[in-house]
Amino acid sequence: MSQMLDRPDFGVIAGWVKRGERVLDLGCGDGALLKLLIETRGVRGYGVDIDDANVLAAIANGINVIQSNLDAGLAGFVDGAFDHVVLSRTLQTVRHTQEVLGAMLRVGREAVVSFPNFGYWKNRAAVLNGRMPVSEDLPYQWYDTPNVRFFTMLDFEDLCARMNILVRERQVLDEQGRLVTEEHNFLGSLAVYRITRS
Amino acid sequence: MLIGFFLDEYVSSKSGSVGIVAAQSAHFDAPLELKSGAVVPAYDLVYETYGTLNAAKSNAILVCHALSGHHHIAGTYADNPKSLGWWDNLVGPGRPLDTERFFIVGVNNLGGCHGSTGPSSPNPASGKPWGADFPVVTVEDWVQAQARLADYLGIDSWAAVIGGSLGGMQALQWAIDLPRRIRHALVIAAAPKLTAQNIAFNDVARQAILTDPDFHGGHFYQHQTTPKRGLRLARMLGHITYLSDNQMGKKFGRELRNTDGGFSFGYGVEFEIESYLRAQGDKFADVFDANTYLLMTKSLDYFDPAHRHNDDLALALKPALAKFLVISFTTDWRFAPSRSREIVNALLKNDQDVSYAEISSNFGHDSFLLAEPQYHAVLSAYLGRVKL
Repeated sequence: MSQMLDRPDFGVIAGWVKRGERVLDLGCGDGALLKLLIETRGVRGYGVDIDDANVLAAIANGINVIQSNLDAGLAGFVDGAFDHVVLSRTLQTVRHTQEVLGAMLRVGREAVVSFPNFGYWKNRAAVLNGRMPVSEDLPYQWYDTPNVRFFTMLDFEDLCARMNILVRERQVLDEQGRLVTEEHNFLGSLAVYRITRS
Repeated sequence: MLIGFFLDEYVSSKSGSVGIVAAQSAHFDAPLELKSGAVVPAYDLVYETYGTLNAAKSNAILVCHALSGHHHIAGTYADNPKSLGWWDNLVGPGRPLDTERFFIVGVNNLGGCHGSTGPSSPNPASGKPWGADFPVVTVEDWVQAQARLADYLGIDSWAAVIGGSLGGMQALQWAIDLPRRIRHALVIAAAPKLTAQNIAFNDVARQAILTDPDFHGGHFYQHQTTPKRGLRLARMLGHITYLSDNQMGKKFGRELRNTDGGFSFGYGVEFEIESYLRAQGDKFADVFDANTYLLMTKSLDYFDPAHRHNDDLALALKPALAKFLVISFTTDWRFAPSRSREIVNALLKNDQDVSYAEISSNFGHDSFLLAEPQYHAVLSAYLGRVKL
């Protein structure tokens, strides 16, 4: 399972998806997560991605992929069409954060969102040292990053509360992909949330 | 870069042409009842094949043509080195429709003018060309006729049916009408039905033909003439809608044919675009049948599989068992990406297997005929996973 080694959040997400579920993967990249879920969980689903190379790679992986930006991509799906809607490491690249979260919970019973935690201690240390953070989960320079939203786990949980979104479960990983069990917003590099409408 | 890797992998440098090809003809004696209620008592379909049908007969791909297309998709005829097939860049060893793996079938549709029975064929009742008496044939009728060709070739189920524009509509209709006989539908630069604007363009084209004094009510064959002026205008108009504004601007701009740069203050050919369009129109009017042009545009206008399902496209597509690949092109304004999205969204609503690629291309509707690398890579990647 090389995909799971490359992408530790995949293991967490796969653990939350039950056999035979319907899954929508937003920003699906080359379709590796959906492929993993199809092979190990027998799910049915679609990926959405805007990038030419990703769409081509997902098609080569045998994944149903829709080339679209997230807004238009979600508009095509009917309410409650999916058991899980996944947004893996993408929320921080989306400008219309609330709209996307709302749309995910419109088309899906439950959403799974993973994002780099800007509250991770190394990120805080970088800023204290006068530099924008660059790490395993934030691998970009400030001038070439696709990220447009910078938020911590606490910020995300605040937004969920404001939007009446219930956090069902969360798993937090460090840079090595190991589970963080305490001081999550300080020790966690990548956060994975299971959210639903409250 | 990732894109480079995939493009290299899927657009093989070893790709080549199918080489010299020859058309074949199949005769069908069983009458074909058309959607209009008219009956074609017997008919011929000309077709070409490339590659080899495997023992399980599971590797056949049907290529459906658009308004002015035909059965000659790839390769050249022995007696004419300039007779390159209209989708040659797609078909051949190592190309997206890989003849090392697939058995490709191209057919000239019923009502066509390239050898299949159509308005210019003799009407058995009179011995004279059918002309305007040839019944209007719809996309549904073509699917039925193509299914008979599949029977004739011993093909129970197509690995894929592929087409661009009106050809894509046939692929869609196949999936709806004969769901057990098509495993993949590749619907390119198509639409689930024409808009009022689309129909308007078609009607102006038809009016150009119908009002040409040489049309003779569709029976021009008996008058040893053809309505070339009308057909030429129809093609010129159509051609404008196949190109993008940007592409026309880049290719022709406001360039004048007269190189000294001055206006002639007259109505002759002056701008390069005029010269180009007229040449396109002339070329087309010399070879295409005016009645076939009328029939093809009418078939486009009538296409609307959702109509008898309360305009619910998802309901119309529900019987389909095929997996779908839908492709559109960013600068196609004749059948814009949003029209392809209608098809995609209907399939999504039904939880049917579909992938959708929106190809960045500057060449408008005609993009589907061109070898844009991402477009061909997507087709290769998709077809590479088709199980035989």
